[in-house]
Order: sequence, then C-alpha cells, then structure tokens
Amino acid sequence: MKIEEAKKFHKIDTVVIGAGLAGLGAALEIAKGGGEVAVLTKVYPTRSHSGSAQGGIAASLANVAEDSEEMHMFDTIKGSDYLGDQDVIELFVAEAKKTVYWFEHMGVPFSRTEDGRINQRAFGGHSSPRACFSADITGHVLLHTLYEQCLKHNVHFFNEFQVFSLLIEDDISRGVVAWDIRNGGLHIFHSKALLLATGGYGRAFKITSNAFANTGDSLSLILENGLPLEDMEFVQFHPTGLYKHGILLSEAARGEGAYLTNDKGERFMEKYAPQKMELAPRDVISRAEQTEINEGRGIAGKAYVHLDMRHLGKEKIMERLPQVWELAFNYLEVDGTKAPIPIQPAAHYSMGGIPANIKTEVIKDAAGTVVTGLYAAGEAACLSLHGANRLGTNSVQGAATFGRISGTNILEFIKTVNYPKMVANPLERAQRKIDSFMTNKGKEKHALIREELQENMTGHVGVFRNETDMLKLKKIIKDLLERFKEVSIDDKGSAFNLDLLEAFEVGSLLNFSEVIVEGALARKESRGAHYRTDFPKRDDKKWLKHTLAWKTDKGVKLDFSRNVTIYMDRYPPLERKY
Amino acid sequence: MDEQTNVKVKILRYNPEKDKKPFWQPYEVKIEPDATILDILNEIRWKLDGTLAFRRSCRSAICGSCAMKVNGRNILACETPMHRFKGRGLKIEPLPGFRIIKDLVVDLDSFFEKMNRVRPYLLLDKPIPDKEFIQSPEEFEEIREVCICILCGACTSSCPSVWSNEEYLGPAALLKAYRFIFDSRDDAADERIDIVNDKNGIWRCHTIFNCMEACPKHIKITEYLSRLKVKAVENSI
Repeated sequence: MKIEEAKKFHKIDTVVIGAGLAGLGAALEIAKGGGEVAVLTKVYPTRSHSGSAQGGIAASLANVAEDSEEMHMFDTIKGSDYLGDQDVIELFVAEAKKTVYWFEHMGVPFSRTEDGRINQRAFGGHSSPRACFSADITGHVLLHTLYEQCLKHNVHFFNEFQVFSLLIEDDISRGVVAWDIRNGGLHIFHSKALLLATGGYGRAFKITSNAFANTGDSLSLILENGLPLEDMEFVQFHPTGLYKHGILLSEAARGEGAYLTNDKGERFMEKYAPQKMELAPRDVISRAEQTEINEGRGIAGKAYVHLDMRHLGKEKIMERLPQVWELAFNYLEVDGTKAPIPIQPAAHYSMGGIPANIKTEVIKDAAGTVVTGLYAAGEAACLSLHGANRLGTNSVQGAATFGRISGTNILEFIKTVNYPKMVANPLERAQRKIDSFMTNKGKEKHALIREELQENMTGHVGVFRNETDMLKLKKIIKDLLERFKEVSIDDKGSAFNLDLLEAFEVGSLLNFSEVIVEGALARKESRGAHYRTDFPKRDDKKWLKHTLAWKTDKGVKLDFSRNVTIYMDRYPPLERKY
Repeated sequence: MDEQTNVKVKILRYNPEKDKKPFWQPYEVKIEPDATILDILNEIRWKLDGTLAFRRSCRSAICGSCAMKVNGRNILACETPMHRFKGRGLKIEPLPGFRIIKDLVVDLDSFFEKMNRVRPYLLLDKPIPDKEFIQSPEEFEEIREVCICILCGACTSSCPSVWSNEEYLGPAALLKAYRFIFDSRDDAADERIDIVNDKNGIWRCHTIFNCMEACPKHIKITEYLSRLKVKAVENSI
C-alpha cells in the first residue's frame, strides 16, 4: 500500500502514545518549551488508568514527620529487593519533590495539614509518612490537572486512536500507524520522537485491578519490531483487590490504620511481618494472604480474607477513604463502617516493560544501545525504578516524574535532528493485521481465548509459582497462539469497531504473556513479587541481574547480562525483612 | 460459581453505516445475579453479538467512560448492579442529548468543548513559591467535593435546559468553573464569573435537580451552581 492510501498523513515533531500521567507530563513539558507534540490515546485522556490511583504520590517533603531523600531512596531500594537501578532511584527521589510542587502550582487540590501545607500519610514499605494525597482520589486529580494544563498549552489530542504498528527501521523510530476508532481508517504519523507511555499489562490476568485498556499493546509492538522487553516476570499483586472483581481498594485504608484478618479473626500479618504488620510491602502481604487462603483460613474457607476498617470510625472513613467505602458498598453491598470487606490479591502493577535508560531512551540490548528517537516512560517502561517490587505511591510519582523528564529530553532532541526518512510501505503491517481480522473465516472467538489466557495466568504464574505449573502454562499459551490465528470477528464496520480493537488487544496479551512465563521459568530464585515455591530464596550470586527477552522465530530468547546499577558502598544488598 | 439467572435486555442499536435510525434490539442473557450492567453488556459482546459498541475502561467508577441510560436513568454501567432494577426488564440506551456515533457510544466533543470555554486550569498572577502554596484545610474543603467530578457527562445529558439550548454550558462545565473560582490559589475568578454570567451560562440553570440525581459521584451540583449564581450577583453589584 502506498502512503497516499492512508486516510490521513500527519507530520508532527513528537508523538506521544498514551494520555496518563507519563504521557501527559511529557507532552506538557514539550508544549511549554515550544515543541510540537500530539498525544494519541485509545480512550479520552481523562479516562486513562492513572486516574484510578487512589492513595497518594510519594515525595520526602517531611511535612508531617522527619524524612529525607536518603530515606526514600533506601526504602525504594529495599522494596525493589535490590533489583532497582540505584542511579535511577537517586534521580527519582530528588525529582519527586519537584514533581509534587510542580503539580501543586498547576492547581492539584491536595489534602492539607492544619497549617495549610500538603498533607502526607503512611504507606506500605515507606519508613515515614510520605504519600502526598487528595482524600483517596489522588491519581484522579493529578490526571485531570495535567489534562487541563495540556489544554491550556495547546497540546494536540487524537482521542480514541489505537496504534497498530510502530515504524522503526535501522534502529531509528520514524513514527506510528494508528486506527481512528471513531470513524475507522488508518492514519500515518511521521515523527522525530516517539514516546510510548501506554501503561501496564495487568489485563493478562483474570483477577486484576487494571482497566480494560491495560493490555500492553505497545509492549507487544516492541517485540514485533525485534526489540526486547525487560523484567517481565515481575508482576505486582495488590493485597486488597475487591473479592471476585479485583477492583482496587486503596492501600490508604491500611495507611490510615485498617486491619487484615482471617477466618479466625486473627490479624495474620503478625506471623509474616511482625514489625510493619499491615504496612509491609505488597508482595509480602499478598503472599501472606494467599498462604492464609491456601491453608484454609480464608473467610468461610473461601478465596478471600477481610479488610477491617470499622475501628477507624465513620467520620474518618468518610473524610479520608470515601472511595474505598463506596466501592465496597456498590459492588459487594458491604458497609465498611459496619462490616469487614472481602478482599483478595489482584494483579496490579507491571514492574517489567520496555527497557529504557535514565533519560527514558529505549534501548535494544544489554549494553544499552539506544533506538534513536524512541522513548518510554511510566508503567510501560522498565528503567528500572521499581526493581522486583514497587512501593505504593511510587508508581504515580514514577510516571509523572519520568514523564516530565522524558518531555525535557525529547524537547532537546527534536531541536537537534531532522525528520528521519519515512519507511517504504508504512501502512503495510497495520493493514495486514486489520485485513486478517476482517476477512478471516475462522471459528475462534477472541473473548474465549482471552478468558482462557487470563484464567491460566492467574492460576499458574500468580502470587506463587513453580516449574510444573509454568511448563503447563507455556504449552497452553502456545496452543492459544495457534488458535488465535483462526479468530474472526462479527463486526466488519468502520465506526467504533470494538470487536476489532478487542481482537487486536488479545493478540497483544498473548504475545507478551509468553515472555512473562519464560522469564519466570528461567529465573530460579525468589525476589520481590516473583516467588518460586521450588526456589524460595533470593540468589544474588546468580540472579542479581535484569532479564531481557526477545521473541524470535525459534521462541523467546533470554539474556541475563544486563547488570543492576548498585552503589555497593552505600546500599549493598541486604536481607529484606519487615 | 453462583447460580445464573436469565435476564431480558433491550438495547438501542444504531450503526451509521447501515441504519437509518436507532432501533431496539432484544437479547436474553444468562448471568450471575450480582452482575452489573457492564457485565451484561460484556456478556452480550463476548458471547452473543460482537457488533455491539459501548465505551468502558476502569470498571471502578472513576474513569467516566460508561455513562448511559438504563430504564430512564443516567448511570455508570460499571458500578450499577442489575438488581437495582428488580423485577423489570432492562432498557439500555445511549446518553440523551448527544449525537450517536454507534450504539451506546455518543459524540462528547461538544461536552469537552464547553469545558474549555470556562478556562479550566489554574490561572495565577502571584509569584510561585519555592514550595507549595499555603491553603487551609477549610479552603481545600471548598473544592474537595467538586474535584471528584469524572466528566462522565451524566449530568449535562440529563439537563432539560441543555436539551432546549445547545449553547448552554451545562452543569459539568459550570461545576468546573466553580472548582477554579472557589480555589483559594486561583487569580482569575472575575474573568471566569464573566464567562458564566452570560446568556448561555449560569442563569440557564432552573434548579431542576436532574443533574444531582444523575451524578454517579453524588456531587451536590445544583447547590454549587446556586452558590455560583450568588457569586455572580455579588460581582455585578
């Protein structure tokens, strides 16, 4: 197909994919600096999943207790089970404070201390109350504020556009091809710089806090272009997903003092993290919950335990945790002021993602060779800020801070380079994908394939993992990939074809799920969120390394030669206890 | 697994490429009794009819994608259990007052464009401090509730004044104006009041309270708009 056959051809210096905190943060900095930028999002910007973050944004402001960048840095390193890159974390804790003031000066409505400063609350794994918050809708107000500022600075939005292919040739990014969801048709975007800020990949799992949109499409496109993903086996399971739904109940509930109890009414965290109790990091608590459930101490023997906030009192619950109360009430008809709330671990955060350096430039190998003009930030990226396990409120901060940093770096970059040459047949790959769904006469339904994948991912590569289960899973995914070739869709139209989009998304899920499983199989140790019952100890000698994974014709290729950046004199790896 | 139950659903369908006008299509779905409206729509899409289009994302009532009209009321599909409409069949249709793009998907461009008209961003004359602006808990409380707005469109879509005058800003945009006018840090209250104190602004609100009933976040919208009217009067004296 020729370029002229595209519905529209756009030439824009910077294209950002994704309109969450990372994407909008970058776009705003570029626009404020006078750069040309367009944001493509498959939903409306204010619908992005950053808005679901509830509890807060981490920064060592020390507004309510003693705190410092060093303390924030150590907590983050320890939380990451020493897999986090310490140069990235060092930059992060310093920039985090600037990011919070940047937000506040743009109008974010933060909850306040008595003397009118930004209020802060306790969060798991943080040694000081460090979460700056706005009741329990922090992500929502951050997202809306950034969107408002982007409007003010005339960022150009392409709402409801789905990227179908990346145009990368000779390790130079040249743009993307995207489908106009509302009207149909493919658009070519020719750009100097491309930022992938598409969020996490939790939708590969059945019980998840993630939105329908979180299908990791750009991760799959990276693999398709022969580039690697990093540390994909590290998936965080949040301890307080609403039973059966997986919907997030903020860690802020425990930050404010809520308990976790089992069928006997015991605060079971006494056994697992006697010092930190309910404020231990998420991986530790999710394993504790799953152990209680597996050993028959789930409520009435079922697959859930209780989040009990009754003792906080109605007034505090309604002032500080109104959303938590309302979600439990609406979905389970449980009044959290009067009864404990059923919860279970839910796939929540993707520590792995597109490998990028401290400047958010995407890299293509263990040596750190940069793909020119290609950037990644936020949950879609792996810098690696969170290592093997992320601390609560560090994600919102990580997305915003590295989005902002990415914007600054891109602004410099686009000033110094000319447009790269467009590839010869830009539409070809995207059109082929669309044609195959539209014309396939196969009997397979994408929704059924997705359900089987999610069921088995939660079952076999969840909170606890072992080789037998994962070998089974590997085979299941292989079969599903085969069956996926026979997927046909009902809707052949152009206008808002959700059938086409969901089919494409299931393809994304299958593609990178294989990489999650291969990484988890190969990594014969337990670290952070990756827990192998057959290898229950951390093994720094062999595995204090990042995972890089490529998809090849012969299957997944793994490389463990990318070292973790560690300041041995300041933060040497220690045993992780809470 | 809970026992499943049969549900009769009618959905207002419209495909611009095929249909001259919208029509009601009946479905029968087998589903758990605690299912939400969104669960039902997904079940239809995934098992019965892949051509059905609607918007959804977070499914936890914070992204604002899935506002629609069920049995005469604007709701969020994701947070509304079907048993709230006990004993009746379900009639699901798009948000009224907007152009239908396809099935339950409406064109919200005008809705977002109206938001832009009130200059929905903090405007400052004063110098920016090194740290945060000081704002008391009481000053924060003034805007806390209005900041919960998720821009789902349920309120504006339910307002008879909007139906009769397309140019009227409508409750959501006015609430956004309120959010900045009453923010102690903002320096452009007068300018914003001029925008809302206009023939297509605050005075088109006839305190019908539909918006408040429709708001899935239970924001006391009409009350805030009334305070906005008082402010507008005070400013013009």
